[in-house]
Amino acid sequence: MKIDRYSLKEGLKIPLMVFPSMAVIVLLFGGGLVFGLLQSLGYLPVAGLTDFTFSHYVNVLTDPTFLRSLWVTFRIAFIVTLLSTVIAVGMAFILREQFPGSRITTFVFQIPLPVPHLVAASAVILLFAQSGLISRVAVALGFIDAPSGFPVLINDKLGVGITLSFVWKEVPFIGLVVLAVLQSVGPKYEELARTLGANKRQRLQYVLLPLIMPGLLSTWIIVFAFTFANFEIPLLLGQTFPQTLPVQAFQEFQKPELTSRPIGMAIATVIAAITIVLLVAYRRLARYSRA
Amino acid sequence: MSSRRDQQSLEQTGKGRGLSKGHQLNWARWVTVGVIWIVVVLPLTALFLRSFAFRWLFPDILPGQWGLRAWDYTFGESSRVVEALLNSVGVALLVTMLAMIVGLPTARALGMHDFRGKKVVEWILLTPIIVPVLVAVMGIHIVFIKLRLTGTIWGVALVHLIPATPYFVLVMSSVFANYSPALEETARSLGANKFRVFRYVTFPAISSGLLVASLFTFLISWSQYVTTLLIGSGTFVTLPLVLFPFLGGGNAAVGSAITLIFVAPAILVLILTSRSLGRGSTVMGGFGKI
Repeated sequence: MKIDRYSLKEGLKIPLMVFPSMAVIVLLFGGGLVFGLLQSLGYLPVAGLTDFTFSHYVNVLTDPTFLRSLWVTFRIAFIVTLLSTVIAVGMAFILREQFPGSRITTFVFQIPLPVPHLVAASAVILLFAQSGLISRVAVALGFIDAPSGFPVLINDKLGVGITLSFVWKEVPFIGLVVLAVLQSVGPKYEELARTLGANKRQRLQYVLLPLIMPGLLSTWIIVFAFTFANFEIPLLLGQTFPQTLPVQAFQEFQKPELTSRPIGMAIATVIAAITIVLLVAYRRLARYSRA
Repeated sequence: MSSRRDQQSLEQTGKGRGLSKGHQLNWARWVTVGVIWIVVVLPLTALFLRSFAFRWLFPDILPGQWGLRAWDYTFGESSRVVEALLNSVGVALLVTMLAMIVGLPTARALGMHDFRGKKVVEWILLTPIIVPVLVAVMGIHIVFIKLRLTGTIWGVALVHLIPATPYFVLVMSSVFANYSPALEETARSLGANKFRVFRYVTFPAISSGLLVASLFTFLISWSQYVTTLLIGSGTFVTLPLVLFPFLGGGNAAVGSAITLIFVAPAILVLILTSRSLGRGSTVMGGFGKI
């Protein structure tokens, strides 16, 4: 790490440089979490609630609806992370080679990444609804003859539409991380392993996977956290019941009676707690892979 | 003599293996390439067709009648699209500017200095990336009401700043990590003041990285949905807010038209930055190694 000589002279320089962004995050984000925690504990003076209580947590954590939502949210985030990883790693192995059209294909591969989630949801509806484009192609090919013959993939029980939108968004994210590692390492280790007699499967297992694993693990945590916390995709493409946790928290929070706010906040705090565990895991992992 | 022959035969078998392997790979390669193009281009094409379709009855794969009605409605006065578009651009510009002001010094400190508490700063920056911003925004909503920030561009910009600031700082800190301050010292020793050092030395060196970081920070604000929904209170609407009702069973042609407007900056940014980013090293790849 470079040490700037000027910083040693002026001891206040670094704190002053760091202060503005830290103030923004600590005040707005930290403050928001603290106010949220207070509300979840029943402290909401505006609504005349000033007594601290754990009852909202007890109610939430013993509510079967909450437990079903928690399960649905976990299941979707897990499946999305798993599917995206398998597809992304496979595609990254192909895209790392130079071939005619590889540059433009890598560019196209990246497109979903900066695209807003709502766009992915919009496209999934257009393509996968029962009267959507794919259903029409199925009619043309003679597989079905009416929209009702097409499987329900939007607002469905298994969350297929949700999963498709997320996977579309997350594959390039994971793929680019893997691609960056593969390209920075280059073919030298693989060639070395090959000259030592390693076959294709051995090269994959003992050379390539260990190389991409650290980056992949931290990317998993981010993708899992993103999927777990996303609001608009499950709101649009999910079932009305059970919903995912962020949707449930927000809808409870938005109910007109102010007394349901603490319940919404308690659910939201549970979400925050789960993601804080992910954050700690992420930092541990970063330290481990740097060492 | 014999060793040379061995070598020759080795090379030959090597070549032979390489060929058959290359053949196998080619097959997987073209399938992958095809899948990537179809999966990315088809949804965008479908949105495009839908927005220009006047009638698109069920089993038809292409619209029966074309028309500009959806686009007319979108840019007409009864939809709030133009207002929302201006709000979206305005708040995203404001957020980018604010993130730059609060974030540039921190990014420089992180990228170029080792200091006590650096770990803590990294923790604080990482937290809003993994812990959902929605939770904090729900918590702070009541304070924003008291401060009369709900329904205003400032209130919305402040909550967008929560995800935007860490992102901007982390991308810029990696730009600063590759930047050498030696020229700054030279400029200072030649008598340049602080402003001139920044204007003529620092800025040109970091400008391309700064452009990329700013464009992606713009997109973070641009994509926000639920934070704007909560703090905008219905009076301050952005593009995703007017888009949403059209997706859940509203007019699909109008929904597709607004979706296309909504996706345009993302694709534009990707085109603008792909050249400066080059193959493999992208700012989004960097996103993963925060």
